[in-house]
Amino acid sequence: MAKGNGTFRIGTGAGFSADRLDAAVDLATRGELHAMVLECLGERTVAFAHRDRMADPRRGYNALLEHRMRALLPACRRAGTVIITNMGAANPRAAAERTRDVARALGISALKIACIEGDDVTRLVRPDQPFMDEAGTLADSGRPVVGMNAYLGADAIIPALEAGADVVIGGRLADPSMYLAPLMRYHGWQNSDLPKLGAGTLVGHLMECGMQITGGYFADPGVKDVSNLAACGYPIAEVSADGSAVITKLPGTGGCVNEATVKEQLLYEVHDPASYLTPDVTADFSRVTLNDLGKDRVHVSNAAGRARPEKLKVTVGFDAGVLAEAGVSYAGPAAAARGRLAAEIVETRLKESHGISSPVRVDLIGASSLFATAGIARAHSEDVRLHVALRTTEREQAELVLWEVESLLCCGPAGGGGYRGVITPAVETKSILIDRDLVKPTFEILVS
Amino acid sequence: MTEQGRNERLLVRDIAHARAGDKGNTSNVNIWVYDPRDFELLKRSVTAERIKREFPQLVRGNVTRYVIEHLHGLNLVMTETLEGGVNASLNLDSHGKSWSYLILGLTLDTDEKR
Repeated sequence: MAKGNGTFRIGTGAGFSADRLDAAVDLATRGELHAMVLECLGERTVAFAHRDRMADPRRGYNALLEHRMRALLPACRRAGTVIITNMGAANPRAAAERTRDVARALGISALKIACIEGDDVTRLVRPDQPFMDEAGTLADSGRPVVGMNAYLGADAIIPALEAGADVVIGGRLADPSMYLAPLMRYHGWQNSDLPKLGAGTLVGHLMECGMQITGGYFADPGVKDVSNLAACGYPIAEVSADGSAVITKLPGTGGCVNEATVKEQLLYEVHDPASYLTPDVTADFSRVTLNDLGKDRVHVSNAAGRARPEKLKVTVGFDAGVLAEAGVSYAGPAAAARGRLAAEIVETRLKESHGISSPVRVDLIGASSLFATAGIARAHSEDVRLHVALRTTEREQAELVLWEVESLLCCGPAGGGGYRGVITPAVETKSILIDRDLVKPTFEILVS
Repeated sequence: MTEQGRNERLLVRDIAHARAGDKGNTSNVNIWVYDPRDFELLKRSVTAERIKREFPQLVRGNVTRYVIEHLHGLNLVMTETLEGGVNASLNLDSHGKSWSYLILGLTLDTDEKR
């Protein structure tokens, strides 16, 4: 990736851990991109990755890594597109090695894969470390820590790009920083150039969730119709040297880019629009201007930036045991009443027959579930599903939840059917802030 | 108010679109009017105080409302509103992705006496 003064074309090839691949291959093939970012790590996924690594030291990276690399490396090599990703999750080294293996198997030689490490701060944080936005310290939680990852910024990525990496793989690389780093390098933006860092962070923020800006997480039939959502395209940003950008997508793909999709993403997971904190900058989106150019092209400009936060945010993952979920359905006349009776039976038996005191959640899907705590319920429904959930560190309790719900088939209200039950590992995450000096990112280049 | 009367009132969804996101145990919902002429009505209808009042069990913390005048949007930031956060909540929707439709389902304050 050379330096230049023109427009930098950067695309998204994944906006979360389970994101689609076919549209990414299309973008890598036709997009003429300088860089493609695959953002695959959330608060939850990083904690689960640590669990995977504990179970098998060769794992702990994104489960789709090899699949994605096999599909994307040939097109990105042909187009000269640099791939930047946090698919390394809890094990960037293994992810880089697997990527090298995939490249070799595809006959792609001399591919330079940079592995960024140093985000795992598990051994550096003391037990008396306080939480970021709640009372207490790490030691108070009483749960085993599975991993701690500091959010790394553009300054951890740029050296790898300068070393000529074709693929950059890290763990907890901050989402917008993966976009900002190649922009800084290409356009020659310096750390002191805060408005540019704010602008590049805006681009990263808008792009990092992939199709959420091209029509995904948006359609509402009748009021917000989106054409051909089944073949939605990933976004492209054409970024000028002044930091302004056009957000668009490939011709012929489904979805849409318009003022409404950009607005919804502008403040997605943002609190104060004037203070969006990243490792690189305090970005200010409060005066951003949008100009809908038509044909799925929206011009964004006027982001600003102030000095970066003094400390780095760290996600701490705790082992929270398992999550048990079980359900059974009722339909037809008085289905909701039968469902409510089933709920009472399960609650009574788990508490009184089995002594399970930790909170059990009982929903009646179709009458009251997602909005139950908001106090919104429909009294009458002719198709409901009882859904019982418990998070526990005791496996036996989890199994009892499944058993009790299944037993409703013969012992519960009339006409209950469709039992399913599943037990999955559970993690809990919290945030802390630590001194930047503690975190020393490094990189190493592997060559295929 | 009668059930019929309630149904006749316009919903926020009739004039605006919204998106929900989560960070820890904090949920934010951004809301944008389709027509700038409806922005005053949105601002009057979706206040921080009303959100706190409508959902006392769900919104355990504070509600802060940011106004983005030039883009005709609001950003509601609601702390302690995700039943513990994505990894602790037992709600099927542990991210609160559907909270946008909690807001869009509110009635508009179309009382002309104001």
